[in-house]
Amino acid sequence: MAAMAFVRRLTAKHNFWAIATLVLLLAYNLISNPHFFSISVRDGHLYGSIVDILNRASPLMIIAMGLTLVIATHGIDISVGAVVAISGAVAAAMIGGELVLSGGTGMEDVTQYPLPLVIAGALGVSLLCGMWNGALVSMIGMQPIIATLILLGTGRGVAQLITHGQIVTIYYSPYYELGNGFVLGVPFSLFIVATVAIALLLLTRRTALGLFIEAIGINPLASRLTGVRARSITFAVYAVCGLCAGIAGLIVSSNVKSADGNNAGLLFELDAILAVVLGGTSLTGGKFYLLGSILGALLIQTLTTTIYAAGVAPEVTLVVKGVVVLAVSILQSERIQILIGAGAAGRGGPAR
Amino acid sequence: MPDPAPDPVINARPVLEMRGISKSFPGVRALSAVDLRLLPGEVHALMGQNGAGKSTLVKVLTGVHPPDAGQLLLDGVEIRPQSPLDAQRLGITTVYQEVNLCPNLSVAENICLGREGTSSLAIRWRAMRRRAEALLAELNIYIDVAAPLSSYPLAVQQMVAIARSLTAQTERGVQVRTRLLILDEPTSSLAQDEVKMLFAVMRRLKAQGIAILFISHFLDQAFEISDRFTVLRNGQRVGEYPVAALSAMDLIVKMVGKEIAEVGHTRAARSAAPAARPAGPAFLRARELGKTGSVTGLDLEALPGKAVGIAGLLGSGRTETARLLFGIDHADHGSLEIEGTPVRFTSPLDAIQRGLGYCPEDRKSEGIIAELSIRENIIIALQCKRGMFRNLSRARQDEIARSYIKLLGIKAHDADAPIAKLSGGNQQKVLLARWLATDPRMLILDEPTRGIDVGAKVEIMGQVMGLCDNGMAVVFSSSEMPEILQYADRVVVLRDRTKVGELDAAVADEHQVFQLIAGG
Amino acid sequence: MTRRSGLALLLHHKLLPLAVTIVLFGVMYGAGAYLFEGFLSLQVFLNFFIDNAFLAVTAIGMTFVILSGGIDLSVGSVIALTTMVSATLVEHHGWSPTLVIPLVLAMGSAIGLVMGLVIHYFRVQSFIVTLAGMFLARGLCYVISIDSITIENSFYTEISSFRIPLPFDTSITANVIVAFVMLAIAVYLAHFTRFGRTVYAIGGNEQSALLMGLPVARTKVLVYTFNGFCSALAGVVFTFYMLSGYGLHAQGMELDAIAAVVIGGTLLTGGSGYVVGTMFGVLIYGTIQTIISFEGSLSSWWTKIVIGLLLLAFCLLQRAFARTRRA
Repeated sequence: MAAMAFVRRLTAKHNFWAIATLVLLLAYNLISNPHFFSISVRDGHLYGSIVDILNRASPLMIIAMGLTLVIATHGIDISVGAVVAISGAVAAAMIGGELVLSGGTGMEDVTQYPLPLVIAGALGVSLLCGMWNGALVSMIGMQPIIATLILLGTGRGVAQLITHGQIVTIYYSPYYELGNGFVLGVPFSLFIVATVAIALLLLTRRTALGLFIEAIGINPLASRLTGVRARSITFAVYAVCGLCAGIAGLIVSSNVKSADGNNAGLLFELDAILAVVLGGTSLTGGKFYLLGSILGALLIQTLTTTIYAAGVAPEVTLVVKGVVVLAVSILQSERIQILIGAGAAGRGGPAR
Repeated sequence: MPDPAPDPVINARPVLEMRGISKSFPGVRALSAVDLRLLPGEVHALMGQNGAGKSTLVKVLTGVHPPDAGQLLLDGVEIRPQSPLDAQRLGITTVYQEVNLCPNLSVAENICLGREGTSSLAIRWRAMRRRAEALLAELNIYIDVAAPLSSYPLAVQQMVAIARSLTAQTERGVQVRTRLLILDEPTSSLAQDEVKMLFAVMRRLKAQGIAILFISHFLDQAFEISDRFTVLRNGQRVGEYPVAALSAMDLIVKMVGKEIAEVGHTRAARSAAPAARPAGPAFLRARELGKTGSVTGLDLEALPGKAVGIAGLLGSGRTETARLLFGIDHADHGSLEIEGTPVRFTSPLDAIQRGLGYCPEDRKSEGIIAELSIRENIIIALQCKRGMFRNLSRARQDEIARSYIKLLGIKAHDADAPIAKLSGGNQQKVLLARWLATDPRMLILDEPTRGIDVGAKVEIMGQVMGLCDNGMAVVFSSSEMPEILQYADRVVVLRDRTKVGELDAAVADEHQVFQLIAGG
Repeated sequence: MTRRSGLALLLHHKLLPLAVTIVLFGVMYGAGAYLFEGFLSLQVFLNFFIDNAFLAVTAIGMTFVILSGGIDLSVGSVIALTTMVSATLVEHHGWSPTLVIPLVLAMGSAIGLVMGLVIHYFRVQSFIVTLAGMFLARGLCYVISIDSITIENSFYTEISSFRIPLPFDTSITANVIVAFVMLAIAVYLAHFTRFGRTVYAIGGNEQSALLMGLPVARTKVLVYTFNGFCSALAGVVFTFYMLSGYGLHAQGMELDAIAAVVIGGTLLTGGSGYVVGTMFGVLIYGTIQTIISFEGSLSSWWTKIVIGLLLLAFCLLQRAFARTRRA
């Protein structure tokens, strides 16, 4: 009985399933590849599967955090992938320039604008995208899925407009540092993730913003009547989500040293939603878990890497992701929660 | 529970009998060994305070919750309804306060869909309409049945729901007639004449031998329409009584379990109390305040230490007045002053910053934030008033929550439990605590006692009046005239969304107020 | 008791969005005819259907889903999977098309059925389940093959090139017939069967529909099954149109389908709309496409931008309607 109760309490925790799956995946990796956890230092940089997973997961971790706030307000943003493309496109367009070879081997750095301006420009446009979503949802009152569906569709068109429908290559090595650089041996992108995470955690947990966001997600009307600036906060979370997608877009385009309006960030929205849900934040809004979403993103990347390592075509990951989304959403559903006796954690409450 | 009441109809064979029904939810014993007997052709009122177990009993009866113990007998045969649908198939149908029909479908569809007369291959629209018209005609209702349900007022929608419940249903080729009709708070949102219409329909159904289980918190209505009462208290049956055997006071005493008549302030007692202080200048003053399409021409003064009662019929603009004063709706004419300075509220937050608080009528959708804890529900308004960046520490939050839970006697063992787990009365107390925490200068309460059991009503109003005596301005509305006259210093009377008069509660009586409402 | 005349009521509540759609189509078509020479030919008009038959078929299924208050994001992937399975079975395994087509239709229905079961019985939001379905179906395409498979089977090529002659030297394809047959079936289902009315009822208020004793569970599951069937049928139609199977086919089609439904006057909140409206939504989509291709200098992604903006406009319109209705 005690053991059963323990299991119940454990499985009722918001991120139990994510952690359990991650542990299982890592265990599998360790069995199939004993060197999986080994980390070596080469050229003063850390190398190893774990570092690789962390590095590759960084854009998703950033987007997932932004999306967490949106989902907590009982919203959704499926335009993040399009914003990733737009952000990369803007950066590439601002850097511009042609390939100039220097001394036969190297490449000369070419940019029209200094890097800070490029970053500010790309992030500014991303922020605008987020604000556009926020305005549609908070001021006009559109359903979030539809409001962001519009940007999902038009956003790619806009990205292609910026890149003139082509893949724009970036010939500016400082820009590469964003996605490929190392600081103190650690991938630079992880510093970006940490900065975003700390900023968002401070913003939501050190101020009352977190409480307000949860209140809006649970009951927007009542929140407004108690003085929560529901409209402004809803607007702001979409703006932040756009900004996060923009940051991720910079990393992605830096990773591949180019901007592709058509394919950059494709299906990112799905991965990001999956990460948030895996992290324990309910799609119906309310309580949210930023670190859980980071965990979710890591889980997704580990899964991708594992499948890769197993020698399966990367596209096939989609099947696994599909099954995982389905499995997790079923496991988190009220029916199953009640079935395993964790029903008290379920929503709904008793009779009136 | 022993039942000492005399029972003249003990020999009639009940349509439905519930025997020894028990039901528990995690942490709550909602029903323990409750009996209920419904006779053919009677209106049986199920009475009890909020949390007495009425809803749970109905939910067991309609198959929403399986009972933990006990039996359900329909015509002497044991039944186990598994769902509301299952119950309907047995002839047990329910009409709720918020009509459970589809507003987007036509009246005819709402009556006939899924019932006898519609084949699954092709819908015969004309036949369906004729049938719906005929059924409504039985209830003396003549409307265009092709129009969407949403184009009719709630009272008509309820009649449509009743008409639907009367249609015989085919269950594997066998027609089932409705034997028992459950009306769950059907009159809560109806105007007086609409209630009359409903009662007329109920009497017709009664004459057809249908048993009606009537649930209402309006005692006078229960006395008017019912034949017998079953009273519940704390999940137990107090007893079963013929209406004639009880007076209103008897009934209240059985529901509440104590004499409450002496509890609570009356107007006269309060003005004589030493705590009452002479009022200073007005805290809030509205002049010709209004919004096109909402309330217009509102003159109102709220003085510190005085309570203004807003009286008027349903739809007279009580809620709209509260919303205007609190900045939820924006006035487009007139002026509003706080302590002599003109103000213009653009959001509730503005009003809160100026020392106002507002308890809405619809607690569930506008008041509580269900999945947040009691603590968070209490501190949220204060936190909003302080602003996002002046975060209340957890220790401070706990302290505030604890002190108000104690002060208002909120029955909660854990301040970190979700507020949704509390009963209606306790939720209302939490909402009151939410505003008290902001140290308000003025409270606006829209129907603060609605849907709350009698005991908690007195308790809540007593607390509000205590605060009022200590210098807070209070504006409250109520649909119960005695409540207004009991608690208010001044009564503002509304009719057709405009103010038609103001009375001094000390000298006014119900008759004067009714005259103003009636336009005399 | 306020009562309006039946006609006014109908106009006010139900038909106005559809009327707006039809007028919009008229205006756009007129604009195209005015701007471009050769636009105003019967064949160009018929091409709207020929080029968008698959969109029409899938949008018809989507109409039911949206009417029931749900959404299905998997349609594009199911179309792709259908083309892929058809292509591989016919080309690589030499199966007969008469066997393959019923098989893929059953497969699409089965995918819809499973999603419907999960949505209903586990109470998971429809967009998350269909999102999973989207991943899954696309992934399955790649399990079959990463590359495109060209279909050279004579049955497919013959149907593809088959033209039904119409007066004035014009013609349509078999796909158009399929689309119109589906339209007729859908209109019958939506307005003359208990299934259809139950779909509307669920969209209006699911809880009420349940309490009214309507077969909510069965209907909801059937809606997704029907949509799965429509997607697979759209996939078959698409196979005839493209003569290939490819995992990247119909990328983003869910958006177009949703747009066609919404532009066709169906409320996103469910419970109100017409299947016929969806057909006009598809026509508007076709008109935009054709105008952009007639224009010549505009790139194809402008279609996405314009459709997105139109979707936005209609959503705003719906909100305006909802507001006046409440008032």
